[in-house]
Amino acid sequence: MIEITVNGELVSIPEKTSLKDVLEIVDVPPNYLAVEVNAEVVPREEHSSLIIQEQDDLEVVTLVGGG
Amino acid sequence: MTSDDEKAPTESSLNRELIERPLVVGSHQLQSRLIVGTGRYDSMQQMRDSLHHSGSDCVTVAVRREKLYDREGKNILDFLDLNRYTLLPNTAGCYTAKDAVRAAKLGREILRTLGNPGADWVKLEVLGDSRTLLPDPAETVVACKELVADGFSVLCYTSDCPVTAKRLKEAGAASVMPAGSPIGSGQGLLNPNNLRIILEYLKEDDPDYPVIIDAGVGTASDVSSAFELGADGVLLNTAIAHAKDPVMMARAMHHAALAGREAYLAGRIPRRLYATASSPEEGVISSRPYGSS
Repeated sequence: MIEITVNGELVSIPEKTSLKDVLEIVDVPPNYLAVEVNAEVVPREEHSSLIIQEQDDLEVVTLVGGG
Repeated sequence: MTSDDEKAPTESSLNRELIERPLVVGSHQLQSRLIVGTGRYDSMQQMRDSLHHSGSDCVTVAVRREKLYDREGKNILDFLDLNRYTLLPNTAGCYTAKDAVRAAKLGREILRTLGNPGADWVKLEVLGDSRTLLPDPAETVVACKELVADGFSVLCYTSDCPVTAKRLKEAGAASVMPAGSPIGSGQGLLNPNNLRIILEYLKEDDPDYPVIIDAGVGTASDVSSAFELGADGVLLNTAIAHAKDPVMMARAMHHAALAGREAYLAGRIPRRLYATASSPEEGVISSRPYGSS
């Protein structure tokens, strides 16, 4: 297992997990989100192919009400 | 003999083409000149109904961390008809150009995957102070340039400072959006003279350049006032969301926008110190007492 950060929380994942599978592990609704890995947006088309590395810092965001 | 024809008003004397001219910002054409925020409502249903009655076709949204381990959680997008509304993602809550640029790119990615036309624009807000929520002008200019270079249409929230407004236009902003007063304060247009100067400066050689008053609206007359000054649009949120009856206030804002815009287009009379009678002086049956002339 390796440790990564998702939205500021430590999360343990198996080695060689894709970003798409990390999103399954942290159990977020899949349709309305965008993801940064180490402060760079990863387009949705690349979620399956990107393998998350130890200590990667993920931000998983969505839209909320705002002005 | 009077003819009935003379009593019938003609539609053709009303310049509908002018009234219905859309608000153009970047590649977007908005039928309503009100842009409405989606924050601070008691419920999503109340938000949905308020947006409907505001008549707006463009609503702002914020980018925030998704809650982990909550797959069944409801999302605001479950309550927004994306065929009806163009979303305008904001960078609210960012205090540096770097974070604002990140938020803008994340918002763009969400809208791109939704297929919403709002993917190519952003409401840029870079704050400099947490109590007044006043913008940081230096960071806003830096972020604006960076986002423009990255292909965004940038709608820039800024203060009512005319110099900063000019700088933002020079930096490539698709619209400069001066605040009437601090965000959520409901103080209305505190410095209409500055807003007037901004409108004059930014439109001097470029009359169609869109200037949108963003923030500070308290009630309907503030919206009308903004349009009467010559603003092209008004962006508001709290004045609707925190009204006692948000749905009714949304409708009031809709009417106020139409009233203010049409009054501006119609051209108001000049202010005069003394009265000018609306009824003819000639043929009055009364005499004037006390030697009044």
